[in-house]
Amino acid sequence: MALLECRNVSRHFGGLRALSGLDLSLEQGEVVGLIGPNGAGKTTVFNVITGVFPPTEGEVLLEGRVLNGLKPYRITQLGIARTFQNIRLFREMSVLHNVMAAMHPRCGYGLVDALLRTARFGRREREMRDEALALLERMNLADRAHDKAGSLPYGDQRRLEIARALATHPKVLLLDEPAAGMNPAEVDELVELIRGIAGDFGLTVLLIEHQMGLVMNLCERLVVLDFGEVIAKGTPGEIQRNPRVLEAYLGKGVV
Amino acid sequence: MRKEMLLPAAAVALLYLVLALLRQAGVIGIYWGQIVDLALITTIQAVGLSLIYGFAGQFSLGHAAFYGLGAYVAAFITRTQGGTPLTFALALLAGAAVAGIVALIIGLPILRLRSDYLGIATLGFGIIVKVMLDNADKLSPVLGGARGMAGIPRLTTFHWVFWLAVLTILIARNLVNSSHGRSCIAVREDEVAADIMGIDTTQFKTLAFVMGCAMAGLAGGLYAHLYSFLHPSSFDFLKSFDVLLVVVLGGLGSLTGTVVTSIGWVFLLEGLRDVLGQQFLDWRWVVYALILIAVMIARPQGLMGGKELSLDMLLRRRAARGGADHGAA
Repeated sequence: MALLECRNVSRHFGGLRALSGLDLSLEQGEVVGLIGPNGAGKTTVFNVITGVFPPTEGEVLLEGRVLNGLKPYRITQLGIARTFQNIRLFREMSVLHNVMAAMHPRCGYGLVDALLRTARFGRREREMRDEALALLERMNLADRAHDKAGSLPYGDQRRLEIARALATHPKVLLLDEPAAGMNPAEVDELVELIRGIAGDFGLTVLLIEHQMGLVMNLCERLVVLDFGEVIAKGTPGEIQRNPRVLEAYLGKGVV
Repeated sequence: MRKEMLLPAAAVALLYLVLALLRQAGVIGIYWGQIVDLALITTIQAVGLSLIYGFAGQFSLGHAAFYGLGAYVAAFITRTQGGTPLTFALALLAGAAVAGIVALIIGLPILRLRSDYLGIATLGFGIIVKVMLDNADKLSPVLGGARGMAGIPRLTTFHWVFWLAVLTILIARNLVNSSHGRSCIAVREDEVAADIMGIDTTQFKTLAFVMGCAMAGLAGGLYAHLYSFLHPSSFDFLKSFDVLLVVVLGGLGSLTGTVVTSIGWVFLLEGLRDVLGQQFLDWRWVVYALILIAVMIARPQGLMGGKELSLDMLLRRRAARGGADHGAA
Protein backbone atom coordinates (compact mmCIF):
# COMPACT_ATOMS: atom_id res chain seq x y z
CA MET A 1 0.00 0.00 0.00
CA ALA A 2 1.22 3.45 -0.87
CA LEU A 3 2.02 5.77 2.04
CA LEU A 4 0.42 8.81 0.47
CA GLU A 5 -2.02 8.61 -2.37
CA CYS A 6 -4.03 11.09 -4.42
CA ARG A 7 -6.86 9.40 -6.31
CA ASN A 8 -8.32 11.33 -9.21
CA VAL A 9 -7.99 14.60 -7.29
CA SER A 10 -9.36 17.81 -8.77
CA ARG A 11 -9.51 21.28 -7.34
CA HIS A 12 -11.52 24.06 -8.94
CA PHE A 13 -11.54 27.73 -8.01
CA GLY A 14 -14.80 28.94 -9.52
CA GLY A 15 -14.36 28.24 -13.24
CA LEU A 16 -10.60 27.67 -12.97
CA ARG A 17 -9.54 24.05 -12.90
CA ALA A 18 -6.30 24.41 -10.97
CA LEU A 19 -5.93 20.67 -10.77
CA SER A 20 -7.80 17.97 -12.63
CA GLY A 21 -7.72 14.21 -12.22
CA LEU A 22 -4.40 13.99 -10.38
CA ASP A 23 -3.24 10.47 -9.56
CA LEU A 24 -0.15 10.33 -7.42
CA SER A 25 1.19 7.76 -5.04
CA LEU A 26 4.27 7.87 -2.85
CA GLU A 27 5.88 4.73 -1.47
CA GLN A 28 7.60 4.72 1.89
CA GLY A 29 11.08 6.25 1.67
CA GLU A 30 10.80 7.72 -1.81
CA VAL A 31 12.01 11.16 -2.82
CA VAL A 32 9.75 12.39 -5.60
CA GLY A 33 9.94 15.67 -7.48
CA LEU A 34 6.93 17.61 -8.67
CA ILE A 35 7.87 19.93 -11.51
CA GLY A 36 6.16 22.00 -14.15
CA PRO A 37 6.01 25.52 -15.55
CA ASN A 38 4.73 28.44 -13.45
CA GLY A 39 1.03 28.18 -12.72
CA ALA A 40 0.93 24.45 -13.46
CA GLY A 41 -0.76 23.71 -10.12
CA LYS A 42 2.18 22.38 -8.10
CA THR A 43 1.51 24.36 -4.95
CA THR A 44 -2.18 23.54 -5.31
CA VAL A 45 -1.22 19.87 -4.99
CA PHE A 46 0.41 20.69 -1.63
CA ASN A 47 -2.57 22.76 -0.52
CA VAL A 48 -4.95 19.93 -1.40
CA ILE A 49 -2.87 17.30 0.41
CA THR A 50 -2.46 19.42 3.56
CA GLY A 51 -6.13 20.38 3.67
CA VAL A 52 -5.65 24.11 3.06
CA PHE A 53 -7.91 23.78 0.01
CA PRO A 54 -9.87 20.53 0.24
CA PRO A 55 -10.19 18.69 -3.08
CA THR A 56 -13.28 19.44 -5.17
CA GLU A 57 -13.27 15.84 -6.39
CA GLY A 58 -11.28 12.74 -5.59
CA GLU A 59 -9.60 11.52 -2.45
CA VAL A 60 -6.31 12.02 -0.61
CA LEU A 61 -5.21 9.07 1.52
CA LEU A 62 -2.44 8.67 4.08
CA GLU A 63 -1.71 5.04 4.94
CA GLY A 64 -5.10 4.13 3.51
CA ARG A 65 -6.96 6.70 5.59
CA VAL A 66 -9.01 9.29 3.72
CA LEU A 67 -7.92 12.82 4.64
CA ASN A 68 -10.75 14.67 2.87
CA GLY A 69 -12.56 17.04 5.19
CA LEU A 70 -9.93 17.01 7.92
CA LYS A 71 -8.58 20.36 9.12
CA PRO A 72 -4.94 21.12 8.24
CA TYR A 73 -3.79 20.78 11.85
CA ARG A 74 -5.30 17.26 12.05
CA ILE A 75 -3.64 16.23 8.80
CA THR A 76 -0.31 17.47 10.15
CA GLN A 77 -0.82 15.54 13.37
CA LEU A 78 -1.41 12.42 11.28
CA GLY A 79 2.00 12.82 9.70
CA ILE A 80 2.22 15.26 6.80
CA ALA A 81 4.41 18.33 7.19
CA ARG A 82 5.25 21.02 4.68
CA THR A 83 7.27 24.12 4.03
CA PHE A 84 6.08 27.18 2.15
CA GLN A 85 7.24 28.68 -1.12
CA ASN A 86 6.86 32.19 0.31
CA ILE A 87 8.51 31.53 3.69
CA ARG A 88 6.00 31.60 6.54
CA LEU A 89 8.00 31.55 9.74
CA PHE A 90 6.79 32.91 13.07
CA ARG A 91 9.01 35.91 12.52
CA GLU A 92 8.87 37.55 15.93
CA MET A 93 9.55 34.27 17.74
CA SER A 94 13.03 32.94 18.36
CA VAL A 95 14.43 30.26 16.07
CA LEU A 96 14.21 27.78 18.95
CA HIS A 97 10.58 28.66 19.69
CA ASN A 98 9.65 28.29 16.04
CA VAL A 99 10.71 24.67 16.25
CA MET A 100 9.17 24.13 19.68
CA ALA A 101 5.84 25.62 18.55
CA ALA A 102 5.55 22.82 16.00
CA MET A 103 5.94 20.27 18.81
CA HIS A 104 2.82 21.44 20.61
CA PRO A 105 0.53 18.51 19.71
CA ARG A 106 2.91 16.21 21.57
CA CYS A 107 3.86 18.58 24.37
CA GLY A 108 2.40 16.06 26.82
CA TYR A 109 1.10 18.46 29.45
CA GLY A 110 -2.13 20.35 29.91
CA LEU A 111 -3.00 23.96 30.63
CA VAL A 112 -3.13 23.29 34.37
CA ASP A 113 0.41 21.88 34.29
CA ALA A 114 1.54 25.01 32.48
CA LEU A 115 -0.17 27.44 34.86
CA LEU A 116 1.04 25.63 37.99
CA ARG A 117 4.47 24.82 36.57
CA THR A 118 4.25 21.19 37.63
CA ALA A 119 7.15 18.75 37.52
CA ARG A 120 5.73 17.27 34.31
CA PHE A 121 5.77 20.72 32.72
CA GLY A 122 9.39 21.22 33.68
CA ARG A 123 10.47 17.83 32.40
CA ARG A 124 8.65 18.03 29.08
CA GLU A 125 9.82 21.59 28.45
CA ARG A 126 13.42 20.46 28.95
CA GLU A 127 12.93 17.47 26.68
CA MET A 128 11.29 19.51 23.93
CA ARG A 129 14.00 22.13 24.19
CA ASP A 130 16.72 19.50 23.87
CA GLU A 131 14.99 17.89 20.92
CA ALA A 132 14.54 21.27 19.22
CA LEU A 133 18.20 22.14 19.80
CA ALA A 134 19.25 18.80 18.33
CA LEU A 135 17.13 19.48 15.26
CA LEU A 136 18.66 22.92 14.88
CA GLU A 137 22.10 21.37 15.24
CA ARG A 138 21.22 18.97 12.41
CA MET A 139 20.12 21.90 10.22
CA ASN A 140 23.24 23.98 11.03
CA LEU A 141 21.17 26.56 12.86
CA ALA A 142 22.18 25.88 16.46
CA ASP A 143 24.18 29.08 16.85
CA ARG A 144 21.14 31.15 15.82
CA ALA A 145 18.75 29.42 18.26
CA HIS A 146 18.00 32.55 20.26
CA ASP A 147 17.75 35.03 17.38
CA LYS A 148 14.44 36.14 16.01
CA ALA A 149 13.43 33.98 13.06
CA GLY A 150 12.70 37.07 10.96
CA SER A 151 16.27 38.26 11.36
CA LEU A 152 17.87 35.19 9.74
CA PRO A 153 19.37 35.34 6.28
CA TYR A 154 17.24 33.87 3.53
CA GLY A 155 18.93 30.49 3.24
CA ASP A 156 18.78 29.98 7.01
CA GLN A 157 15.08 30.80 6.98
CA ARG A 158 14.50 28.09 4.37
CA ARG A 159 16.37 25.57 6.52
CA LEU A 160 14.48 26.69 9.61
CA GLU A 161 11.24 25.99 7.78
CA ILE A 162 12.45 22.44 7.20
CA ALA A 163 13.51 22.09 10.85
CA ARG A 164 10.11 23.32 11.98
CA ALA A 165 8.35 20.86 9.67
CA LEU A 166 10.52 18.01 11.01
CA ALA A 167 9.53 18.95 14.55
CA THR A 168 5.99 17.78 13.84
CA HIS A 169 7.41 14.23 13.40
CA PRO A 170 6.11 13.75 9.89
CA LYS A 171 5.98 10.61 7.79
CA VAL A 172 5.69 12.62 4.62
CA LEU A 173 7.55 15.87 4.07
CA LEU A 174 6.36 18.29 1.40
CA LEU A 175 8.97 20.84 0.37
CA ASP A 176 7.81 23.80 -1.70
CA GLU A 177 10.79 25.19 -3.61
CA PRO A 178 13.33 24.64 -0.81
CA ALA A 179 16.19 25.98 -2.94
CA ALA A 180 14.49 29.15 -4.18
CA GLY A 181 16.88 32.07 -3.90
CA MET A 182 19.90 29.96 -2.98
CA ASN A 183 23.25 30.10 -4.74
CA PRO A 184 24.75 26.95 -6.34
CA ALA A 185 26.95 26.16 -3.32
CA GLU A 186 23.99 26.43 -0.99
CA VAL A 187 21.92 24.24 -3.31
CA ASP A 188 24.58 21.51 -3.18
CA GLU A 189 24.55 21.68 0.60
CA LEU A 190 20.78 21.51 0.62
CA VAL A 191 20.76 18.39 -1.57
CA GLU A 192 23.02 16.64 0.93
CA LEU A 193 20.92 17.89 3.81
CA ILE A 194 17.61 16.71 2.38
CA ARG A 195 19.09 13.37 1.43
CA GLY A 196 20.51 13.05 4.93
CA ILE A 197 17.35 13.87 6.82
CA ALA A 198 15.21 11.74 4.55
CA GLY A 199 17.44 8.79 5.47
CA ASP A 200 17.81 9.60 9.17
CA PHE A 201 14.16 10.29 9.83
CA GLY A 202 12.81 7.63 7.47
CA LEU A 203 10.94 10.28 5.52
CA THR A 204 9.06 10.18 2.30
CA VAL A 205 9.63 13.44 0.44
CA LEU A 206 7.63 15.20 -2.24
CA LEU A 207 9.28 18.35 -3.44
CA ILE A 208 8.48 21.16 -5.80
CA GLU A 209 11.52 22.75 -7.37
CA HIS A 210 12.59 24.79 -10.36
CA GLN A 211 16.31 24.21 -9.89
CA MET A 212 16.76 21.27 -12.20
CA GLY A 213 20.18 20.51 -10.78
CA LEU A 214 18.64 19.75 -7.42
CA VAL A 215 15.70 17.84 -8.86
CA MET A 216 17.79 15.60 -11.10
CA ASN A 217 20.28 14.97 -8.30
CA LEU A 218 17.88 14.21 -5.51
CA CYS A 219 14.73 12.68 -6.93
CA GLU A 220 14.29 9.06 -7.86
CA ARG A 221 11.08 9.83 -9.66
CA LEU A 222 9.49 12.90 -11.19
CA VAL A 223 5.93 13.94 -11.87
CA VAL A 224 5.39 16.75 -14.37
CA LEU A 225 2.34 18.98 -14.18
CA ASP A 226 1.07 21.40 -16.80
CA PHE A 227 -2.22 23.32 -16.62
CA GLY A 228 -3.34 21.20 -13.68
CA GLU A 229 -2.79 17.86 -15.37
CA VAL A 230 -0.05 15.26 -15.13
CA ILE A 231 1.72 15.21 -18.48
CA ALA A 232 4.56 12.86 -17.61
CA LYS A 233 5.93 10.56 -14.92
CA GLY A 234 9.23 8.76 -14.74
CA THR A 235 12.88 8.81 -13.74
CA PRO A 236 14.83 12.05 -14.21
CA GLY A 237 16.47 10.60 -17.31
CA GLU A 238 13.18 9.71 -18.94
CA ILE A 239 11.69 13.09 -18.13
CA GLN A 240 14.63 14.95 -19.67
CA ARG A 241 13.98 13.24 -22.97
CA ASN A 242 10.19 13.44 -22.87
CA PRO A 243 8.97 15.62 -25.79
CA ARG A 244 5.77 16.66 -24.00
CA VAL A 245 7.76 17.99 -21.09
CA LEU A 246 10.07 19.97 -23.35
CA GLU A 247 7.04 21.35 -25.15
CA ALA A 248 5.40 22.41 -21.87
CA TYR A 249 8.53 24.25 -20.78
CA LEU A 250 9.72 25.69 -24.06
CA GLY A 251 6.64 25.80 -26.32
CA LYS A 252 5.68 24.04 -29.53
CA GLY A 253 7.99 23.95 -32.48
CA VAL A 254 11.17 24.54 -30.52
CA VAL A 255 12.09 20.89 -30.35
CA MET B 1 10.22 27.02 45.03
CA ARG B 2 12.93 27.04 42.43
CA LYS B 3 16.01 29.15 42.86
CA GLU B 4 15.47 31.52 39.95
CA MET B 5 12.04 32.40 41.37
CA LEU B 6 13.40 33.50 44.75
CA LEU B 7 14.65 36.92 43.74
CA PRO B 8 11.46 38.09 41.95
CA ALA B 9 9.34 36.65 44.78
CA ALA B 10 11.39 38.55 47.34
CA ALA B 11 11.11 41.74 45.28
CA VAL B 12 7.32 41.41 45.07
CA ALA B 13 7.02 40.76 48.81
CA LEU B 14 9.23 43.76 49.54
CA LEU B 15 7.17 45.99 47.25
CA TYR B 16 4.02 44.83 49.01
CA LEU B 17 5.47 45.52 52.46
CA VAL B 18 6.73 48.96 51.52
CA LEU B 19 3.45 50.02 49.92
CA ALA B 20 1.36 48.56 52.76
CA LEU B 21 3.52 50.29 55.40
CA LEU B 22 3.46 53.62 53.57
CA ARG B 23 -0.32 53.48 53.52
CA GLN B 24 -0.48 52.42 57.13
CA ALA B 25 1.70 55.35 58.10
CA GLY B 26 -0.42 57.74 56.05
CA VAL B 27 2.42 58.71 53.70
CA ILE B 28 0.21 57.50 50.87
CA GLY B 29 -3.13 59.11 51.70
CA ILE B 30 -6.62 57.84 50.90
CA TYR B 31 -6.73 59.66 47.59
CA TRP B 32 -3.41 58.41 46.22
CA GLY B 33 -4.08 55.02 47.77
CA GLN B 34 -7.15 54.73 45.59
CA ILE B 35 -5.10 55.72 42.57
CA VAL B 36 -2.65 52.92 43.36
CA ASP B 37 -5.55 50.49 43.64
CA LEU B 38 -7.02 51.73 40.37
CA ALA B 39 -3.64 51.39 38.67
CA LEU B 40 -3.42 47.77 39.77
CA ILE B 41 -7.00 47.07 38.68
CA THR B 42 -6.20 48.59 35.30
CA THR B 43 -3.14 46.35 35.20
CA ILE B 44 -5.29 43.24 35.71
CA GLN B 45 -7.63 44.15 32.90
CA ALA B 46 -4.84 45.26 30.58
CA VAL B 47 -2.91 42.02 31.14
CA GLY B 48 -6.10 40.26 30.01
CA LEU B 49 -6.21 42.23 26.79
CA SER B 50 -2.48 41.75 26.39
CA LEU B 51 -3.08 37.99 26.22
CA ILE B 52 -5.85 38.46 23.66
CA TYR B 53 -4.30 41.08 21.41
CA GLY B 54 -0.62 41.22 22.33
CA PHE B 55 0.02 37.49 22.38
CA ALA B 56 -2.74 35.75 20.43
CA GLY B 57 -3.17 38.67 18.01
CA GLN B 58 -6.96 38.78 18.28
CA PHE B 59 -8.29 42.30 17.96
CA SER B 60 -10.97 42.91 20.59
CA LEU B 61 -12.85 46.18 20.98
CA GLY B 62 -15.15 45.02 23.75
CA HIS B 63 -12.83 44.68 26.70
CA ALA B 64 -14.66 47.31 28.79
CA ALA B 65 -17.89 45.37 28.32
CA PHE B 66 -16.37 42.29 29.97
CA TYR B 67 -14.94 44.55 32.66
CA GLY B 68 -18.46 45.94 33.22
CA LEU B 69 -20.01 42.49 33.19
CA GLY B 70 -17.67 41.36 35.96
CA ALA B 71 -18.28 44.56 37.90
CA TYR B 72 -22.06 44.27 37.83
CA VAL B 73 -22.14 40.53 38.54
CA ALA B 74 -19.80 40.87 41.53
CA ALA B 75 -21.58 43.95 42.87
CA PHE B 76 -24.96 42.26 42.54
CA ILE B 77 -23.76 39.32 44.63
CA THR B 78 -22.32 41.38 47.50
CA ARG B 79 -25.32 43.75 47.46
CA THR B 80 -27.77 40.87 47.78
CA GLN B 81 -25.74 38.30 49.73
CA GLY B 82 -23.96 40.61 52.15
CA GLY B 83 -20.45 42.01 52.19
CA THR B 84 -18.34 39.43 54.01
CA PRO B 85 -14.85 38.60 52.75
CA LEU B 86 -16.16 35.19 51.69
CA THR B 87 -19.01 36.55 49.59
CA PHE B 88 -16.57 39.11 48.18
CA ALA B 89 -14.19 36.35 47.10
CA LEU B 90 -17.06 34.40 45.58
CA ALA B 91 -18.40 37.54 43.92
CA LEU B 92 -15.02 38.25 42.29
CA LEU B 93 -14.81 34.65 41.12
CA ALA B 94 -18.35 34.82 39.74
CA GLY B 95 -17.60 38.08 37.94
CA ALA B 96 -14.54 36.55 36.28
CA ALA B 97 -16.43 33.34 35.47
CA VAL B 98 -19.40 35.11 33.87
CA ALA B 99 -17.10 37.29 31.77
CA GLY B 100 -15.18 34.16 30.71
CA ILE B 101 -18.30 32.18 29.84
CA VAL B 102 -19.80 35.03 27.83
CA ALA B 103 -16.45 35.35 26.02
CA LEU B 104 -16.61 31.64 25.21
CA ILE B 105 -20.13 31.96 23.81
CA ILE B 106 -19.14 34.92 21.64
CA GLY B 107 -15.75 33.53 20.72
CA LEU B 108 -16.69 30.04 19.60
CA PRO B 109 -18.54 31.00 16.42
CA ILE B 110 -16.33 33.99 15.57
CA LEU B 111 -12.85 32.70 16.35
CA ARG B 112 -13.28 29.91 13.80
CA LEU B 113 -12.96 32.60 11.17
CA ARG B 114 -9.62 33.84 10.03
CA SER B 115 -9.77 37.61 10.07
CA ASP B 116 -10.64 40.63 12.18
CA TYR B 117 -14.29 39.70 12.61
CA LEU B 118 -13.70 39.55 16.36
CA GLY B 119 -13.12 43.31 16.42
CA ILE B 120 -16.48 43.98 14.80
CA ALA B 121 -18.33 41.43 16.92
CA THR B 122 -16.86 42.67 20.19
CA LEU B 123 -17.59 46.27 19.20
CA GLY B 124 -21.24 45.28 18.76
CA PHE B 125 -21.17 43.31 21.97
CA GLY B 126 -19.84 46.33 23.85
CA ILE B 127 -22.79 48.41 22.68
CA ILE B 128 -25.25 45.65 23.62
CA VAL B 129 -23.79 45.44 27.12
CA LYS B 130 -23.99 49.22 27.54
CA VAL B 131 -27.68 49.22 26.53
CA MET B 132 -28.36 46.25 28.80
CA LEU B 133 -26.71 47.98 31.76
CA ASP B 134 -28.69 51.15 31.07
CA ASN B 135 -31.87 49.11 31.35
CA ALA B 136 -30.71 46.66 33.99
CA ASP B 137 -33.11 48.10 36.61
CA LYS B 138 -35.93 46.29 34.81
CA LEU B 139 -34.10 43.02 35.52
CA SER B 140 -33.49 43.82 39.16
CA PRO B 141 -33.92 47.22 40.84
CA VAL B 142 -30.64 46.62 42.69
CA LEU B 143 -28.71 47.07 39.43
CA GLY B 144 -29.90 50.66 39.13
CA GLY B 145 -30.01 50.94 35.33
CA ALA B 146 -29.14 54.35 33.87
CA ARG B 147 -29.13 55.97 37.33
CA GLY B 148 -26.19 53.80 38.33
CA MET B 149 -25.79 51.17 40.99
CA ALA B 150 -25.13 52.59 44.45
CA GLY B 151 -24.47 51.19 47.89
CA ILE B 152 -21.94 48.53 46.92
CA PRO B 153 -19.91 47.61 50.01
CA ARG B 154 -16.36 49.00 49.90
CA LEU B 155 -14.53 45.71 50.16
CA THR B 156 -11.68 46.30 47.77
CA THR B 157 -8.54 46.87 49.78
CA PHE B 158 -4.94 47.25 48.74
CA HIS B 159 -4.23 43.67 49.88
CA TRP B 160 -6.87 42.17 47.60
CA VAL B 161 -5.86 44.29 44.64
CA PHE B 162 -2.15 43.76 45.05
CA TRP B 163 -2.22 40.00 45.40
CA LEU B 164 -4.83 39.48 42.70
CA ALA B 165 -2.72 41.60 40.36
CA VAL B 166 0.31 39.44 41.21
CA LEU B 167 -1.76 36.29 40.64
CA THR B 168 -3.01 37.57 37.29
CA ILE B 169 0.46 38.48 36.11
CA LEU B 170 1.78 35.11 37.27
CA ILE B 171 -0.95 33.23 35.40
CA ALA B 172 -0.33 35.25 32.27
CA ARG B 173 3.42 34.74 32.52
CA ASN B 174 3.09 30.99 33.02
CA LEU B 175 0.71 30.74 30.10
CA VAL B 176 2.89 32.79 27.78
CA ASN B 177 5.99 30.74 28.62
CA SER B 178 4.40 27.37 27.92
CA SER B 179 3.68 25.32 24.84
CA HIS B 180 0.13 26.68 24.93
CA GLY B 181 1.47 30.22 24.99
CA ARG B 182 3.83 29.51 22.09
CA SER B 183 0.84 28.21 20.15
CA CYS B 184 -1.02 31.49 20.83
CA ILE B 185 1.96 33.51 19.63
CA ALA B 186 2.32 31.28 16.57
CA VAL B 187 -1.32 32.03 15.71
CA ARG B 188 -0.59 35.75 15.98
CA GLU B 189 2.51 35.47 13.81
CA ASP B 190 1.02 33.38 11.00
CA GLU B 191 -2.30 31.66 11.35
CA VAL B 192 -1.95 29.54 8.22
CA ALA B 193 1.50 28.33 9.20
CA ALA B 194 0.36 27.61 12.77
CA ASP B 195 -2.48 25.49 11.41
CA ILE B 196 -0.10 23.60 9.13
CA MET B 197 2.25 22.97 12.07
CA GLY B 198 -0.48 21.00 13.83
CA ILE B 199 -1.84 23.77 16.06
CA ASP B 200 -5.60 23.95 16.49
CA THR B 201 -5.80 27.70 15.94
CA THR B 202 -9.44 28.09 17.02
CA GLN B 203 -8.65 26.43 20.34
CA PHE B 204 -5.83 28.82 21.17
CA LYS B 205 -7.62 31.94 20.02
CA THR B 206 -10.52 30.90 22.25
CA LEU B 207 -8.20 30.09 25.15
CA ALA B 208 -6.56 33.52 25.06
CA PHE B 209 -9.87 35.31 24.56
CA VAL B 210 -11.65 33.53 27.42
CA MET B 211 -8.75 33.91 29.85
CA GLY B 212 -8.25 37.55 28.93
CA CYS B 213 -11.94 38.37 29.33
CA ALA B 214 -12.10 36.53 32.66
CA MET B 215 -9.24 38.76 33.85
CA ALA B 216 -11.26 41.80 32.76
CA GLY B 217 -14.22 40.43 34.74
CA LEU B 218 -12.04 40.02 37.82
CA ALA B 219 -10.76 43.58 37.48
CA GLY B 220 -14.36 44.77 37.12
CA GLY B 221 -15.36 43.11 40.39
CA LEU B 222 -12.51 44.85 42.19
CA TYR B 223 -13.41 48.18 40.61
CA ALA B 224 -17.05 47.86 41.71
CA HIS B 225 -16.03 47.46 45.34
CA LEU B 226 -13.43 50.23 45.23
CA TYR B 227 -15.73 53.22 44.65
CA SER B 228 -18.98 51.55 45.79
CA PHE B 229 -20.79 53.08 42.82
CA LEU B 230 -21.16 51.76 39.25
CA HIS B 231 -22.51 53.59 36.23
CA PRO B 232 -23.01 52.13 32.71
CA SER B 233 -21.06 55.03 31.18
CA SER B 234 -17.91 53.69 32.87
CA PHE B 235 -18.12 50.69 30.56
CA ASP B 236 -19.04 52.12 27.18
CA PHE B 237 -17.03 51.09 24.19
CA LEU B 238 -14.75 54.13 24.26
CA LYS B 239 -13.37 52.71 27.51
CA SER B 240 -12.29 49.65 25.55
CA PHE B 241 -9.98 51.89 23.55
CA ASP B 242 -8.26 53.04 26.71
CA VAL B 243 -7.16 49.50 27.53
CA LEU B 244 -6.27 48.85 23.92
CA LEU B 245 -4.02 51.91 23.96
CA VAL B 246 -2.30 50.73 27.12
CA VAL B 247 -1.56 47.37 25.51
CA VAL B 248 -0.31 48.89 22.26
CA LEU B 249 1.76 51.54 24.04
CA GLY B 250 3.34 48.91 26.25
CA GLY B 251 4.36 46.93 23.19
CA LEU B 252 2.45 43.97 21.77
CA GLY B 253 3.69 40.69 23.16
CA SER B 254 5.27 42.16 26.28
CA LEU B 255 3.68 41.49 29.67
CA THR B 256 6.02 43.78 31.56
CA GLY B 257 5.35 46.48 28.99
CA THR B 258 1.62 46.15 29.66
CA VAL B 259 2.10 46.27 33.43
CA VAL B 260 4.40 49.28 33.39
CA THR B 261 2.18 51.16 30.94
CA SER B 262 -1.04 50.43 32.86
CA ILE B 263 0.39 51.87 36.04
CA GLY B 264 2.08 54.75 34.27
CA TRP B 265 -1.07 55.58 32.36
CA VAL B 266 -3.31 55.80 35.46
CA PHE B 267 -0.74 57.95 37.24
CA LEU B 268 -0.29 60.13 34.17
CA LEU B 269 -4.01 60.92 34.02
CA GLU B 270 -4.08 61.74 37.73
CA GLY B 271 -0.81 63.63 37.58
CA LEU B 272 -2.13 65.82 34.78
CA ARG B 273 -5.06 66.70 37.02
CA ASP B 274 -2.56 68.34 39.37
CA VAL B 275 -0.39 69.89 36.70
CA LEU B 276 -3.21 71.39 34.64
CA GLY B 277 -5.40 72.53 37.49
CA GLN B 278 -9.16 72.23 37.76
CA GLN B 279 -10.16 74.68 35.00
CA PHE B 280 -8.03 72.93 32.38
CA LEU B 281 -9.02 69.43 33.38
CA ASP B 282 -10.48 68.56 30.00
CA TRP B 283 -7.16 69.38 28.37
CA ARG B 284 -5.91 66.12 29.84
CA TRP B 285 -7.32 64.36 26.82
CA VAL B 286 -5.36 66.59 24.49
CA VAL B 287 -2.11 66.07 26.34
CA TYR B 288 -2.82 62.40 26.49
CA ALA B 289 -3.39 62.22 22.72
CA LEU B 290 -0.19 64.16 22.11
CA ILE B 291 1.77 61.70 24.25
CA LEU B 292 0.26 58.88 22.25
CA ILE B 293 1.30 60.43 18.96
CA ALA B 294 4.78 61.15 20.26
CA VAL B 295 5.27 57.58 21.47
CA MET B 296 4.01 56.13 18.21
CA ILE B 297 6.45 58.28 16.24
CA ALA B 298 9.39 57.61 18.55
CA ARG B 299 8.66 53.96 19.30
CA PRO B 300 6.10 52.46 16.92
CA GLN B 301 6.78 49.01 18.42
CA GLY B 302 5.59 50.25 21.82
CA LEU B 303 7.48 50.84 25.02
CA MET B 304 8.95 47.35 25.31
CA GLY B 305 8.56 46.24 21.70
CA GLY B 306 7.84 42.58 22.40
CA LYS B 307 10.68 42.25 24.91
CA GLU B 308 10.31 41.58 28.61
CA LEU B 309 11.83 43.49 31.46
CA SER B 310 13.32 41.27 34.14
CA LEU B 311 15.32 41.65 37.31
CA ASP B 312 17.85 39.34 35.76
CA MET B 313 18.27 41.64 32.81
CA LEU B 314 18.67 44.73 34.99
CA LEU B 315 21.26 43.03 37.15
CA ARG B 316 23.10 41.70 34.16
CA ARG B 317 23.16 45.11 32.55
CA ARG B 318 24.71 46.53 35.70
CA ALA B 319 27.27 43.75 35.71
CA ALA B 320 27.99 44.33 32.03
CA ARG B 321 28.57 47.98 32.72
CA GLY B 322 31.19 46.84 35.22
CA GLY B 323 32.78 44.92 32.35
CA ALA B 324 32.57 41.62 34.18
CA ASP B 325 29.73 39.96 32.33
CA HIS B 326 29.83 37.47 29.49
CA GLY B 327 26.18 36.36 29.61
CA ALA B 328 25.30 33.44 27.38
CA ALA B 329 21.75 34.13 26.24
